[in-house]
Amino acid sequence: MVPTSYYLVLSAILFGLGVLAFVFKRNIITIFMAIELMLNAVNLAFVAFSQALGKPDGEVFVLFVIVVAAAEAAVGLGIIILTARNRRSLNVEHVDLLKL
Amino acid sequence: MPILENLWIIPLLPLLGSAINGLFGAKWSKTIVNSVALGSTGVSFLCAVEAVREFLGYYEANHKAWVKPFFDWIVAGNFRAGFDLQLDHLTVVMLLVVTGVGFLIHIYSTGYMAHEEGYYRFFSYLNLFMFFMLILVLAANYVLLFVGWEGVGLCSYLLIGFYFLKKSAADAGKKAFIVNRIGDFGFMLGMFLLFRTFHSLDFSTVFAAAAKPEVAVEPMGQFGVLTIACLLLFVGAIGKSAQLPLYVWLPDAMEGPTPVSALIHAATMVTAGVYMVARSHVLFTHAPTAMYVVAIVGCATAFFAATIGLVQSDIKKVLAYSTVSQLGYMFLACGVGAFGAGIFHLMTHAFFKALLFLSAGSVIHAMGGEQDMWNMGGLSKKIRTTFLCMLFGTIAIAGFPPFAAFFSKDSILFAAYNSENGGKVLYGVGLLAAVLTSFYMFRLIWLTFAGEKRYDEHKVHVHESPLSMTGPLMILAFLSLTGGWFALPALFGGKDYFAEFLSPVFGAGEAAGGEAAQSLEHMLSIVAVLAATAGLVVAWRMYSKTVTRGTSEGVHKLLYNKYYVDELYAAVVVRPLMWLSTNVLWKVVDAGMIDGAVNGVADGAAAVGDTVRHTQSGNTRSYAVWVVVGAMVLLGIVFWPILHPALFGGVR
Amino acid sequence: MISGVLVIFFVLAALAVFGAVSLILQSHPIHSALSLILVMVSLAGLYLLMGAEFIAAVQIIVYGGAVMVLFIFVIMLLNAGVEERTNFSKMATFGGVPLALALGGIIAAAIARSSGQLPAPTAAAQGALTSTRELSKLLFSEFVYPFELTSFLILVAILGAIVLAQREN
Repeated sequence: MVPTSYYLVLSAILFGLGVLAFVFKRNIITIFMAIELMLNAVNLAFVAFSQALGKPDGEVFVLFVIVVAAAEAAVGLGIIILTARNRRSLNVEHVDLLKL
Repeated sequence: MPILENLWIIPLLPLLGSAINGLFGAKWSKTIVNSVALGSTGVSFLCAVEAVREFLGYYEANHKAWVKPFFDWIVAGNFRAGFDLQLDHLTVVMLLVVTGVGFLIHIYSTGYMAHEEGYYRFFSYLNLFMFFMLILVLAANYVLLFVGWEGVGLCSYLLIGFYFLKKSAADAGKKAFIVNRIGDFGFMLGMFLLFRTFHSLDFSTVFAAAAKPEVAVEPMGQFGVLTIACLLLFVGAIGKSAQLPLYVWLPDAMEGPTPVSALIHAATMVTAGVYMVARSHVLFTHAPTAMYVVAIVGCATAFFAATIGLVQSDIKKVLAYSTVSQLGYMFLACGVGAFGAGIFHLMTHAFFKALLFLSAGSVIHAMGGEQDMWNMGGLSKKIRTTFLCMLFGTIAIAGFPPFAAFFSKDSILFAAYNSENGGKVLYGVGLLAAVLTSFYMFRLIWLTFAGEKRYDEHKVHVHESPLSMTGPLMILAFLSLTGGWFALPALFGGKDYFAEFLSPVFGAGEAAGGEAAQSLEHMLSIVAVLAATAGLVVAWRMYSKTVTRGTSEGVHKLLYNKYYVDELYAAVVVRPLMWLSTNVLWKVVDAGMIDGAVNGVADGAAAVGDTVRHTQSGNTRSYAVWVVVGAMVLLGIVFWPILHPALFGGVR
Repeated sequence: MISGVLVIFFVLAALAVFGAVSLILQSHPIHSALSLILVMVSLAGLYLLMGAEFIAAVQIIVYGGAVMVLFIFVIMLLNAGVEERTNFSKMATFGGVPLALALGGIIAAAIARSSGQLPAPTAAAQGALTSTRELSKLLFSEFVYPFELTSFLILVAILGAIVLAQREN
């Protein structure tokens, strides 16, 4: 059997990579994808615990996360499209109207 | 005994008068203000008389002082200071003097201040002064006495600076208050020490504890607890009663209106120090060192002030220095153990000094405000009543029999002569001061009233004062003549009624004993009269005829400038303090540290804001980093129980 | 002894990590999207390995089939090109790597410290545990309230997306 901690470590690695991508990429869509990656990493952790504890509760949670991620992706991409149209650029560094 | 049960009514009436006049008097006519002020003081005087009558009856029956606690003022742990009023023979004397002379001066003021601005304010302050002075003499513990003590200091400040638009008057008021405060500091330290020793500040408790046989009399030269406490209390008396070295405020206090000088700086407030020492006589008699200091300070002041008074040209300043000098006599008396004689002199001094000040006020009023004696002269025919009254006062102060001061001054000098440790020296200096007193007082009389007039008759219309002013003068003149007759029989081998009256308080040790002592006393009194006559003769030779003012040089200049004491204090005390206040307390502590701290907080907040501002860069990526930072902090908090044992070397 | 399950795990894990790294390193967003799909598929494989079949299926259908397709549509719609190399944020440049490492470190440390306390995965009853029937039973009994809420959420998301996507006329 694969020990639970292996899954958790993998989840942590994926999460960390997601954070890196979130910080370093400049394309809005890529940043959004990094968020999806982080969500996936968390899903993995949930399922791993669910398997370890022997209860299906973790999987239910994963289901909800996926649903919410999907909804968020829909709305978020809508916003991205609008922003891209307005600023005529997909570079997040050009979205700086809140600068002091 | 209605009044004794309600002793508080005696001080309360003037307080009410003060409050009413102060709050409403601005809009009232002079008549109403007068009736409120005079009425409250007059009724207070009547109540005092009645209280005395009741007390004498009470004393016949019970042979102890009347003490009535009214309410608890301070209760802290074991300490209780109450609003307790007491009445004993000493208080009787003080009470009658304060209310009686005070009432007369109130009457006088209605005439003197008739044309002044702030008429109602004057009477309000004067009544307030009466309230505090009465609290002072009626108090049954040191704390309440101190309340009165401070209160009369406050009223003195208010009244000296009555003409507050005049800078010299305002400065004089401040000077009086500040110098008094120095004395008060000593007084407070004395009170603290007494409390620490006796655990109470009630007179009855403290004096009973001190009078116990097991409390030893501290030997001369040893500074035990009682000696130090008495010395500290005496420091307070030095400030309040204008002795060396804290007398400097009293001459400046002449900036106030003349009735103020008469009431506060002659008859009542300045005598508070003497009263306090006399009241604490039980403590002082256990501390001979302290008493010796008192005697020396008193004697030195008497002489010192007399020398300055010799050459002054302002009529009120001469009287001011005379007051300082006479107060010195009173302290001399207390210092050699003759407390009764000191109080006797206090009483007679109240009469003749108030008389002298009020007469001087009458002269100033007649001369239209002129106070310099060198601009007067030849007034005796024009203001006859004033002249006669002032003459009575002068004869009294010089110590000629049968006027009042002869008896009181005589008993003081006799007691000084008989005291140990250089009593003869004290006697000698005191006698010399008496010569000087006689001289400068008669100089005053002749410069003012005799010789050719030295003023321009077209500018000054000399007129006699109204009855409201001369009436009290005449009453006081009568008292200056007869006030000493309590002790008259003692001269002829009979009883000294005054000493006998005070014997329940001071003990019977006052009584002179034996034939030899009697004849010595007679001889000394003859010497005193001769001394006074000597002064009179010299003054007559120098000033009774036409005189001109000479130039001031040498010793004369030194005396005229009051030995430059004020300048000395200014240089040694005032200027360093001002420097300290400006450069250290203001610039460093206040502007630098306190303002700096407050401004520093503001600056700090601004600086923090300035730094944190950079997080709001508008750049989404940096926001993303901040999000990660926040997430890390939260994770750290949540995982802390798991993480931290390992951080400090736990097992992996 | 290295069992087959472990080998499959490592393979799938390696694929996932490779996909994630490639997401960071690729310059064109379409390549990043494809890398993300790779990650998701390998995660689905991992779910299967753990015995969560339903979740694996949902992962592929919803995430891979819907969400990622949406991403790719948007990329193509917006004609996203190669990413510019702008660098306005000092914070991100200097703080990014240390922060990410620190974050990873915290999580890794937490996992490592507590690995002893983690329950071992139950070998038995895998079928019954993760059957769809069991899952749906749970979903409609204990979690019915969040279930209804999420369906409401989807409705709101649809409305939101429609509103956002309207042109301004």
